[in-house]
Amino acid sequence: MDIQNVPQEDSSTYAKNKKAIYASDEDGNVKVVGSTGWNVEETATKQALEDLADLAKEAHAEVVAGKRSNLYYYMYALRMDLDLLAQVTGFFKWTIKRDFKPEVFAKISDKRLDVYADVMGKTKETLKELEEL
Amino acid sequence: MVVQDYKHSHAAHCESGVMSSMLSYYGVKLSEPMVFGLSSALTFAYLPFIKVGGMPMIGYRSMPKSIIKNLQKNLKIKMKLERFSTKEKGEARLDELLSENKLVGAQTSVYWLPYFPEEMRFHFNVHNLMVYGKEGNEYLISDPVFEHPVRCDAKDFAKSRFAKGMMAPKGLLYYPVDIPKDIEIKPAIVKAIAKTAKGMLKTPVPIAGLKGIQSLAKAILKLEKKDTKYAKLFLGHIIRMQEEIGTGGAGFRYMYASFLKEASTLFDNNEVLKEASQMMLEVGDEWREFALLIAKAIRSKKEIDFKTISDKLMSVAESEKNTYLKMTEFNG
Repeated sequence: MDIQNVPQEDSSTYAKNKKAIYASDEDGNVKVVGSTGWNVEETATKQALEDLADLAKEAHAEVVAGKRSNLYYYMYALRMDLDLLAQVTGFFKWTIKRDFKPEVFAKISDKRLDVYADVMGKTKETLKELEEL
Repeated sequence: MVVQDYKHSHAAHCESGVMSSMLSYYGVKLSEPMVFGLSSALTFAYLPFIKVGGMPMIGYRSMPKSIIKNLQKNLKIKMKLERFSTKEKGEARLDELLSENKLVGAQTSVYWLPYFPEEMRFHFNVHNLMVYGKEGNEYLISDPVFEHPVRCDAKDFAKSRFAKGMMAPKGLLYYPVDIPKDIEIKPAIVKAIAKTAKGMLKTPVPIAGLKGIQSLAKAILKLEKKDTKYAKLFLGHIIRMQEEIGTGGAGFRYMYASFLKEASTLFDNNEVLKEASQMMLEVGDEWREFALLIAKAIRSKKEIDFKTISDKLMSVAESEKNTYLKMTEFNG
């Protein structure tokens, strides 16, 4: 890629930052050029973000409907999934799935809630309340 | 406290950027592409059996930390790596190193770094950066993928350094303890180029090197049978690994072209390397064309032409092959 062809498309995902891209000058030297964004990359990033946002929204609705516990919503709100939550807590997946049930989560031990709160960077009180979307 | 005479520079990738800045600060001036090339970090891997966020692992570079590891080996540099059992110990040690005027590398999780754009905060535990000072409750951070230095609140920084899960950082800090005065860079370049070419051309397993690219091309064809949403996320995931994560464009290929050009200059304008650099630039362009085809498919409401996308990737593999073959003609 030549330096003048480095996309400068002001992607919102860059939030006004620049990314370093290597490109070639007329002498064939390849050096760093700051790029404000490329719509191709932005499409892929936004698609992933939308997917995560959809999951959080659907989860929120299920919590409101009483089908799932708050934990299920917060997992997606924090861009996590069951695999990741199991990795960061060290809990077995089936035990986390139990905590997705409102009646189980309502009686969760303080110790277990502490672990969730810690890895999610939230207070226990926050996890007990469902935030508004 | 602020480490004396340190100057931030903007790099494409976190690990190569950190090693370039850090070694330059401690006396060995090496560009980011030189660091990347010398550690034979360029590769391709498609690991369908390892899932990250529900998507198969795709890598355009070697495993995290391999740049640090291979540089030590190839340049006989000694790095000290320290991990910690608690946040308190990790923070105290960092402060101590800074008070000794040491520039320190650290492993962090992107998700917990508030200075990252909200739309770029994903759970990725192997982000490298440098700490060059502390003012009040804030660390002064030289994050190579950012244009300018940034700041991070100590509490947030601890959270990020001690994020849990896959490849958890465990507060990792690192810095060089021994750098030989007379580093012989040329023999290391010859070896590193041969290793990269061989790794790409002759991998026995179908998940790495050229065969890995071809496997991915075949997997794209099979997406036809999957539901469209998954297919689009899968395709988008490839672009993200190629561009979004900070590769210098087209999955590190442009950076590697820069390395080849720099190497050519060091070897009296070696023609083979110059040509290989040019070829690698074109390989990068082809990867970007491939990404463009994908982006169009994602945006379009029409049926996806998987065959065209897959064929394009097969042709990228062919161009890569010719480039590595060209590199094997170089023998110092």
